[in-house]
Amino acid sequence: MTRRVSLPRREFLQAGGALVVGFTLPASACAQRQSGAERPASGRAGANEVDGFVAVNADGSVTIYSGKVDLGQGLRIAIPQMAAEELGIGVERIVLVEGDTALTPDQGATAGSSGIMRGGVQIRQAAATAREAMIGMVAARASKPAAEFDTVDGEVRPKAGGAGIRFGDLVGTRRFDINVDPKAKLRDPASYTVVGKPLARPDLPGKVAGRHVYVHDFRIDGMLHGRVVRPPAVGAKLVAFDEASIAAIPGARVVRINDFLGVVAASEWDAVSAAKLLKSRWSESTPLIGTSAVRGWLRAGPFAADETLVQKGDAAAALAGVTKISAEFYWPMQSHGSMGPSCAVADVRDGKATVWSASQATHRFRETIARALALPKDAVRVIYLDGSGCYGMNGHDDAAADAALLSKAVGRPVRVQWSREDEHGWDPKGPPQLLALEGALGDNGKINAWRTQMWIPKATASLPNMPLLALDAAGIVQTPGITTGLISQNGDPPYAVPHQEVIVHWLPDAPLRPSNFRAPGKVANCFAVESFTDMLAVAARRDPVEFRLQGLSDPRGSEVIRRAAALLGWGPRPASAPKASGRGFAYMHYKHNESYVAMAMEVDVNRVTGVIRVRRVACAHDCGLVINPDALAAQIEGNILQTLSRTLFEEVAFDRSRVTSVDWASYPILTFPDAPEILIDIVSRPKEPPLGAGEASATPVPAALANAIFDAVGIRLTTAPFTRARVRAALG
Amino acid sequence: MPKFTLSVNGETRTVDVRDAQEPLLYVLRNALGLTGAKFGCGLGQCGACTVIVDGEPVRSCLVPVATMAGRQVTTIEGLGTPEKPHPLQAAFVAEQAAQCGYCVTGMVMTGAALLARRPAITREEAQQALAGNLCRCGAHERILRAMLRASRKVAA
Repeated sequence: MTRRVSLPRREFLQAGGALVVGFTLPASACAQRQSGAERPASGRAGANEVDGFVAVNADGSVTIYSGKVDLGQGLRIAIPQMAAEELGIGVERIVLVEGDTALTPDQGATAGSSGIMRGGVQIRQAAATAREAMIGMVAARASKPAAEFDTVDGEVRPKAGGAGIRFGDLVGTRRFDINVDPKAKLRDPASYTVVGKPLARPDLPGKVAGRHVYVHDFRIDGMLHGRVVRPPAVGAKLVAFDEASIAAIPGARVVRINDFLGVVAASEWDAVSAAKLLKSRWSESTPLIGTSAVRGWLRAGPFAADETLVQKGDAAAALAGVTKISAEFYWPMQSHGSMGPSCAVADVRDGKATVWSASQATHRFRETIARALALPKDAVRVIYLDGSGCYGMNGHDDAAADAALLSKAVGRPVRVQWSREDEHGWDPKGPPQLLALEGALGDNGKINAWRTQMWIPKATASLPNMPLLALDAAGIVQTPGITTGLISQNGDPPYAVPHQEVIVHWLPDAPLRPSNFRAPGKVANCFAVESFTDMLAVAARRDPVEFRLQGLSDPRGSEVIRRAAALLGWGPRPASAPKASGRGFAYMHYKHNESYVAMAMEVDVNRVTGVIRVRRVACAHDCGLVINPDALAAQIEGNILQTLSRTLFEEVAFDRSRVTSVDWASYPILTFPDAPEILIDIVSRPKEPPLGAGEASATPVPAALANAIFDAVGIRLTTAPFTRARVRAALG
Repeated sequence: MPKFTLSVNGETRTVDVRDAQEPLLYVLRNALGLTGAKFGCGLGQCGACTVIVDGEPVRSCLVPVATMAGRQVTTIEGLGTPEKPHPLQAAFVAEQAAQCGYCVTGMVMTGAALLARRPAITREEAQQALAGNLCRCGAHERILRAMLRASRKVAA
């Protein structure tokens, strides 16, 4: 991979790549989390208090409490980098505690690319406030102006030189007892020594050596293994079960709460075996519409509401009586497809509950679990442990609810790990999306009119938590509704179009339980908008890159477009007839106010087999201030590869009763032989705020690919996934 | 209960199991406390559970423990430690070749078995060798770089 970063990579590459990190995931933090010990001295403070985020330890190290968690995206290094920079202490002396409701402030879910942009920024401000406070203490003692001091290397030092005072000696383990000051001055980016460096992630040595403790690996004394027996059909009722059918497994027992059916056993294999052996009878249930009906279902309604999201000029008039271009785009339901199935451990006893979970939102989930168990919120603690990747709400909260119900029933800690069939069959799915676009060029060859219509499920306002399978089955009341993420954004073009409108036809439900899946909605919306832009460029007989640049006034947008084109070596399109290989381009300004991404792609299409081979992907990315360029590059690579997978291969299959794509053979994803070369150019803008990067670069992938396929073989793919059969059919 | 004696990471380990069909993976992760191999699918489709048996990468979620008697099992824990990593583990860290990292131990075991057989590999060979190991985060590019980095070191 080629990577251009405007900062030196020397630190990263030196020492022959040994890349020894100065610290490992602190054992103390792990022990604290796993033993359930309380936070020393300070106790949990709120998100408006410095003590909520920052605690100075007697040895001069600093503990940072983060409500945002590391899902694999690298917050475990990036947040300490931000805190260390402001505090003036080596990053190796920061201990990070994440996502523990007893210890960390509620910073909201680790979702929507908000980890750095909101979570890190909040912690950075707390760290700057703490720095000013410590400087203030020393200045007051010395009767000198605060401006004469700075923090360096874990000490408050006179700028003029002389001995400093260590943080530990100054603060000890005392609280700061001050609110986070939104006006506390941040350091000048020009002086950064930690932020912007490609520091190694502290958890990787342990992960690569098999020592890192995932929630799947977590064990506590007296723990039983549980498995839930899911019904053979969505909505089926449990008619009967035969406990004698598992009599051969010593100690295994059945837990039934209404339609919630589970088993527990001392050994994991016994639990797996018991779940398989247990004979149960369920009612017939055919509440689903089946995969092939989804597209029609979206179009047919009934609709909860029609809503105009964007209206500029008079699109209806501008589209009337002119040569129109139109196209319809479809994005299927997809599974999060985490490599490890969902897992959790719960200990519900004596009027208290502790849940170890890979939840994206431990604080929110604590309230859900408390309601479900009829416990006061304060009696419930949810502790984050790494799961197997997280690209939105997968089954992690479901598994935790499973474990909590089983633990409550048997009075022992219970660990539940889903099967692959559970995960593919029952994880909440990315919702389906249908878009119809119409547009027309003006006499000047620019886009004059544009209309996007969307047919998509409407998320339930203020839903406290996605309804969980276990609670539903057990008859525990929860607020009904669906969650999707913000799926209607970026349906309008990012280019100057005088007459445009975006209309949403909201459906009140979804064909399968939906949830937010990485860059919710915006993968499909960008697929439609940027494929359609390409169609308009073709109609205008313009080069697609030039056509896009012409419509943009935002210089940051233009910059990434020019850079991505240069990175791939984009030249004017050859005028020859379609050939076997082609190049495509797409652009995204995420949510119209976050990161800028441009992507160019080169593909081969085999006309006989229908196989698409992506050769090279070039991405230029501007998310403002870059905290850790290597972790950022990893996010961009991941976005590209995962979304190529979604675009090429993925669609959940289901019949009238249940999901039928329940393994990796029936729900294939991208494999190593499919992996293209990836070129990344990161635009670093130290004076701009840091923006999120966990999603934006996913969005241009499908359109860049579709546009490259069009360039290669002249077919316009508008329905994902781009399976071989679909390519062959389009080629005729 | 049937007793089985296994050789795991060079040590003789005896385990009691109720069911001789219990897959090796469950024995490793629970009875032996070796949680580096992960459960991904239980179907042999994803490779997260890969261990090395007599030099060959094996899907430990599929093989019954009863078939492992007298064979040499190496898990990720036996390959190296954070302090003393195998060259391939060191290469994964150097390339920062994981995101969530759940699949990564299986990748390392598959890769280590390949490099032991064939120290000098091409990118295409690495792609083919890892074709049965799935990664959802999209760390493929880095994993391939790590494979080539280790290959240069092992082959040198």
